[in-house]
Amino acid sequence: MNSLSRRRFLKLSAGTISLAAAGYALSARELKAPAEKKRGIQKIPTYCDICFWKCGAIAYLKDGELWKVEGNPDDPLSRGRLCPRGTGGVGAHTDPDRLRAPLIRKQQRGEEIWQEVTWDEALSYIAEKMQTIKAAYGPEAVALFSHGIGGNFLKHTIKAFGSPNITAPSFAQCRGPRDVGFRLTFGEDVSSPERTDIKNAKCLVLIGSHLGENMHNSQVQEFADAIENRASIIVVDPRYSVAASKAKYYLPIKAGTDLALILAWMNVIVKEGLYDKEYVTKYGFGFDQFASLISRNTPEWAYPQTGIEPEVIRETAREMARYKPATLVHPGRHVTWYGDDAQRSRAIALLNALLGSWGRRGGFYYPVSMDVPPYPYPEYPKPAKPKVDNPNNKYPFAHETITTGIRDATLTGSPYPVKGWLVYATNLLHALPNEQETIKAIQNLDLLVVVDVIPSEIAGWADVVLPESVYLERHDDLNVEWFREPFIALRQPVIDSPHDQKPNWWIAKELANKLGLSKFFPWESIEDYFRQRLSAGGYSYEALKKKGIIRGKQQPIYFDEGVPAEFPTPSGKIEFYSLQLQKAGFDAVPKFNAPDSGPPGSFRLLYGRAPVHSFSRTHTNRILSDMMDENEVWVNSDIAERLGLASGQYVTLRNQDGVVSTKIKVKATERIRPDCVYMVHGFGHTAKGLKHAYRKGASDAQLITRYITDPLMGGTGMNVNFVTLEPAEA
Amino acid sequence: MARFGMVIDTAKCVGCMDCVVACKTENGVPEGFNRDWITQDVAGKYPTLHMEIRSERCNQCENPPCVYCCPTGASHVHDFGGVVLVEHGMCIGCKACLASCPYDARFIHPDGYADKCTFCIHRVEKGLDPACVSVCPTHCMTFGDLEDPNSTVSRLLTSRKYHTLIPETGTKPHVYYLV
Repeated sequence: MNSLSRRRFLKLSAGTISLAAAGYALSARELKAPAEKKRGIQKIPTYCDICFWKCGAIAYLKDGELWKVEGNPDDPLSRGRLCPRGTGGVGAHTDPDRLRAPLIRKQQRGEEIWQEVTWDEALSYIAEKMQTIKAAYGPEAVALFSHGIGGNFLKHTIKAFGSPNITAPSFAQCRGPRDVGFRLTFGEDVSSPERTDIKNAKCLVLIGSHLGENMHNSQVQEFADAIENRASIIVVDPRYSVAASKAKYYLPIKAGTDLALILAWMNVIVKEGLYDKEYVTKYGFGFDQFASLISRNTPEWAYPQTGIEPEVIRETAREMARYKPATLVHPGRHVTWYGDDAQRSRAIALLNALLGSWGRRGGFYYPVSMDVPPYPYPEYPKPAKPKVDNPNNKYPFAHETITTGIRDATLTGSPYPVKGWLVYATNLLHALPNEQETIKAIQNLDLLVVVDVIPSEIAGWADVVLPESVYLERHDDLNVEWFREPFIALRQPVIDSPHDQKPNWWIAKELANKLGLSKFFPWESIEDYFRQRLSAGGYSYEALKKKGIIRGKQQPIYFDEGVPAEFPTPSGKIEFYSLQLQKAGFDAVPKFNAPDSGPPGSFRLLYGRAPVHSFSRTHTNRILSDMMDENEVWVNSDIAERLGLASGQYVTLRNQDGVVSTKIKVKATERIRPDCVYMVHGFGHTAKGLKHAYRKGASDAQLITRYITDPLMGGTGMNVNFVTLEPAEA
Repeated sequence: MARFGMVIDTAKCVGCMDCVVACKTENGVPEGFNRDWITQDVAGKYPTLHMEIRSERCNQCENPPCVYCCPTGASHVHDFGGVVLVEHGMCIGCKACLASCPYDARFIHPDGYADKCTFCIHRVEKGLDPACVSVCPTHCMTFGDLEDPNSTVSRLLTSRKYHTLIPETGTKPHVYYLV
């Protein structure tokens, strides 16, 4: 095992100074001298970080070189099998475009001209700027954007510094509306990994959720189990997705009208008395008012909105009822679509409630976890000001911090100024809508620090860039997962970082030391931290190190296994009618408002995932880029013919605000409605350091200049942009 | 005598390409080349569509044109399981086999020899499944001995409907697709 001790890091830091200002290409940092290679095959367990799912993995070294990564059979998430991104994990380590050394900006922000510095210089510079901001504006003026478990220690440093402004796009740009909709109904989140019992579902309903293209491993594995079990699958999507090709019913819905369909389904199930009456009577609150409010949402009412014929709506509603309570209407994950997302998610929660699937086998289980106490750190200082993102509780049901709220405060200085951003492992220019707003906000900052493994677009705008070790080279926090069975997983280094990259725990600890916060990191090495936490829970670090996973005893996860049917809502019941929504001035039962259909002759821009890429961060991984190195714009075949466009031809996309994309290949296909186009998210890189991915394909984020903010929780609905297509040079 | 074959359940396959990635890392297939790939066959008119997703590779034919046309004997049928292999040292890179293969399963490796799927014979000899089969998150792929009536592959072929690719060429392919 190549353990990255602190002593070794300090040794590496010394004598690595270069003076010339340089772009990424001129990195003076040499490859480290190779350590002595161990002969033969070594297997080291860890957990994956190509996405955030945290699958247990086993890395194989052959004669000391990283060879391959496979699933860890002991891991409940991967069940011994990774997704293609995890299988391609070696490419993250070998990526020639990786950040290699700490960089400080030499010219204007965004010009990507840097000076390589030592870690000591970089961290001293950051700490000094943070102290200056703190002296002038208070510690709250420093915000942290952090995605994934890797950011845990940096979050700790920022809390110790005294700022409450810690956020991730995973709330307001992704799953937030879903969790709000379910909280308002059942009192609990869907959480991550989702508590969906897909493998035991007898009927599975996917609304825009494209499992199989979206490779959240456990869910895709369970989706295959459901197919094997001959579950009845209903897919609702403007695009004929991979999941649609597995469905008994494919409903080619008009984009933006899902809520109308869900209301009509509930109308049929209530009117025909097909709901789980015992469950609803026992656990429901406000059912009669709910039933009366949806009585006008008939299939005939929904038909002109959705384009789905009334008989199909009735037949699919009856199909769901036939298999209740083992009918799972999947809540989706990335659901920031139209600005009505929390209410649409609440409607999905209500439909599940009618079917009695919450707490039942084949519906939603109650996740369980091991008891591993947090490290006994000193108490954090109490921030003098509340969080900056949601002044006057404008979005009353936002239970996490709103990224775009922090961006607004940075732009306006209200409710108070934000002057420093630390950004960990999230490429904000691809994750947040309207990149120009983000760039304008950056201009108001006194400090922008980006910690990443690759020179992403957001890194290009930073004052200081800190190169992180990839997951195969570092420890991260313990994953004490909430899942269908309890377990603890360890991420540990399997190979050295090739240059001067460091793990986030080390960066966070050293930064804390420079900020005079060393008392918040009482442990010397991260292994001491693991030992302390695990022994406090009664577990052995040595055992975890060896196996990568410690599994706990199976516990009840359904009501009929003894989980108490408790709903932490104001009424203590499942809220069919929500008094808290009514009190806050919102619809107590979701109502449908038809979406804007866009300028004539334009197409609604939809986006999604490819199985071989994560976000915008895997396109320079040579193994994964070899699978897919550019995205395509999907255009309905008839439309393509009318426009004189053929598959393989390059076009640019122009949105309603005149923003023109980089060129992208056309995929003329029957698999999409004529009124939409679709592309895979994350391509069209413009950061110069991402040499292998530079200007390959187009970026949906660049075209998402408009968004509709969810009034309940501040999520940004992003499927509200429209484009036209123009032929481009090959 | 064993006769190895692969049975792939198209109902379960999502076309995620994990099989392709695994093959590349397991076998060190160079960038820009691959020994297996995904095909999506779409039929119909929106929205009434059907799509079959297949993980494809060398069909390990019982009647292999690539072997018959090889001028040096580099392409040959291995005596263990009837797997078609290429002896790299004997291959002159003439591409006759590339032209003869109805499945486009072969390519010229940058080192100059014809390359393709080996059914991961180096793993099979150790009792392991081929890399693609072993990683598949949907468990849609099964590998085994077609001569053994009790093997999973044989049982799947007697209990499920299936097809092979371009059977009319008479190659007798040994990769089977369950529908």
